[in-house]
Amino acid sequence: MPGDKVDSLLPRQEPVRRVERHSLARRVGLFLLHSREASIAIAALVLVVYFWSTAPAFLSIGNVANLAEYAATTAIIAAGEVMVIICAEVDLSAGMVYALAPFVMYFAHEAGVPFGLAILSALVVAAIVGTINGFVTVVLQIPSFITTLGTLFVINGFTLTISNGYPVQPKGTPLVSNIFGGNPISQISWAIGITLALQFVLNKTRWGLHTIATGGNLLGAAEVGIKVGVIKMGNFILCSVLGGLAGILDAFRISSIDPLAGGTDIMFMAIASSVIGGTLLTGGSGTVIGAFLGAAVLGILKNGFTLSGVSAFTFDMILGAAILVTMVINVRLSQLRAAGGNG
Amino acid sequence: MSEEVLRTEHISKSFGRVAALRDASIQLAKGEVLGLLGDNGAGKSTLMKILTGFHKPDSGKLYFQSKEVELRSVSHARSLGIEPVYQDLALINELSVYRNMFLQREIMHGGILRILNDGAMREHARDHLDEMGVNVPSVDVEISKLSGGQRQAIAVARSVYANAKVLLLDEPTAAMGVRESAIILDLIRRLKEKGEVSIIIVAHNYAHIFDVCDRVSLLQNGEITFDRLTKETSVEELMNLVLHELRSARERISRS
Repeated sequence: MPGDKVDSLLPRQEPVRRVERHSLARRVGLFLLHSREASIAIAALVLVVYFWSTAPAFLSIGNVANLAEYAATTAIIAAGEVMVIICAEVDLSAGMVYALAPFVMYFAHEAGVPFGLAILSALVVAAIVGTINGFVTVVLQIPSFITTLGTLFVINGFTLTISNGYPVQPKGTPLVSNIFGGNPISQISWAIGITLALQFVLNKTRWGLHTIATGGNLLGAAEVGIKVGVIKMGNFILCSVLGGLAGILDAFRISSIDPLAGGTDIMFMAIASSVIGGTLLTGGSGTVIGAFLGAAVLGILKNGFTLSGVSAFTFDMILGAAILVTMVINVRLSQLRAAGGNG
Repeated sequence: MSEEVLRTEHISKSFGRVAALRDASIQLAKGEVLGLLGDNGAGKSTLMKILTGFHKPDSGKLYFQSKEVELRSVSHARSLGIEPVYQDLALINELSVYRNMFLQREIMHGGILRILNDGAMREHARDHLDEMGVNVPSVDVEISKLSGGQRQAIAVARSVYANAKVLLLDEPTAAMGVRESAIILDLIRRLKEKGEVSIIIVAHNYAHIFDVCDRVSLLQNGEITFDRLTKETSVEELMNLVLHELRSARERISRS
């Protein structure tokens, strides 16, 4: 990470560490215990091996590309959700912004706005939704669950109204289309880029630090003078914009803008990815990379079960059970972490 | 011990029809430790919130370094050097010791991204804690791994590091065992020896803190009823005053 490079430029005292000899097994165990990302990465790996062994087509280039595209969209929205959830809030409306943004882009372009600006205006509209979510939650003090439940329906209705319920085809120059989802590797590149950037913001910048502080101890953060309202507002805006961006990427990828796309389905997938990845719904703790891996695991499960012929009905049961099991494991692990001291 | 840091004159504050403070006059000299004692509901937290700029008094005057001031806000009070250490300590459990020490005063590399300079913060935090004799396993451990006394010490160290001139400690030994209390009382003693910072300890358990105080003020029903140097009084005398209040309250209740 670039932050480590920055660190190493500074004169630093040699850290005093007790040199202890741990057995390899113990060290691996400790690593798994302390790194939330490691356990979910291993789960993903195990699933890949399993599906590959049951259906060799799982690792074909076509299927991997398919899987990456599916997981990428979820991962982008999940990255935004992680930031909001760390603030101890939640954004239920991101999936509806996902459906709205491409229409804003489409209609802006129809009205004569150039492609680049049309995309920008779609993201601005997404940011406005985030601002409304933040304003109602922070200033009017409505729990974000209720706030974003309200905007979820409002935006859905709005999208259906402006589209008359009919899908349209996105237009763009080849360059714009290739950058924003048309090219097979564009979407996963966006997802990886956004994940790494936000993980950096979370761990190495003041914004990330204050986000953790806001969710970890709201009163305490306010007492030391952190502008907790601004932090929450900013993360709501970020989450909405990422929801809008994901919608635009998918529009170019599928070459269709559907008013019924995304919605609660993709929003719950994004939140599930965050939670499976190790972000606590109670706030104060989370990882963007974990959410990316969480989205990958959900993608692998869905894709793998489809390939092995498991029906969509069964899939939902398995998904639900997977969320419950990971949550139980997560809670147990954090209890272990809390009890285990520094290992 | 003569240079005056903080003084209030006849401060009063009501909330609706409830008079939380009637007449509170306290004084604090440089390097002095004042015990602000009183039972629950005596007006201690109201007075503390007035001193931190959270509440504005209805009447009365407040002097900081011999100049009359009107505290506009918590950040205004803090900019003068009045640093509260609340009971919840305003620490973030999920963050490391050094990141808590620099919360909202982070050292950064600059630029729009505001990248944190963790190396510098780590080093300064370590030096400062060593200097103050605060013992933690490492500045990298999360606050959640520390004991109550250690947390309190970190919160105090943070305020001192922020150039506090007046430290307001809200019930620092409440809900703490003897050993944990000893950590914090030790720290207060060391600060007293240096004599740079004045401290007000708000507490209802006067036996705990009596020894570290230079002066004690007793709040009863919103009034300062007793104000004396600790060497001129004793725990017993304070206890008698409180018992007396208790007895007269009981008499009032049985009469009505």
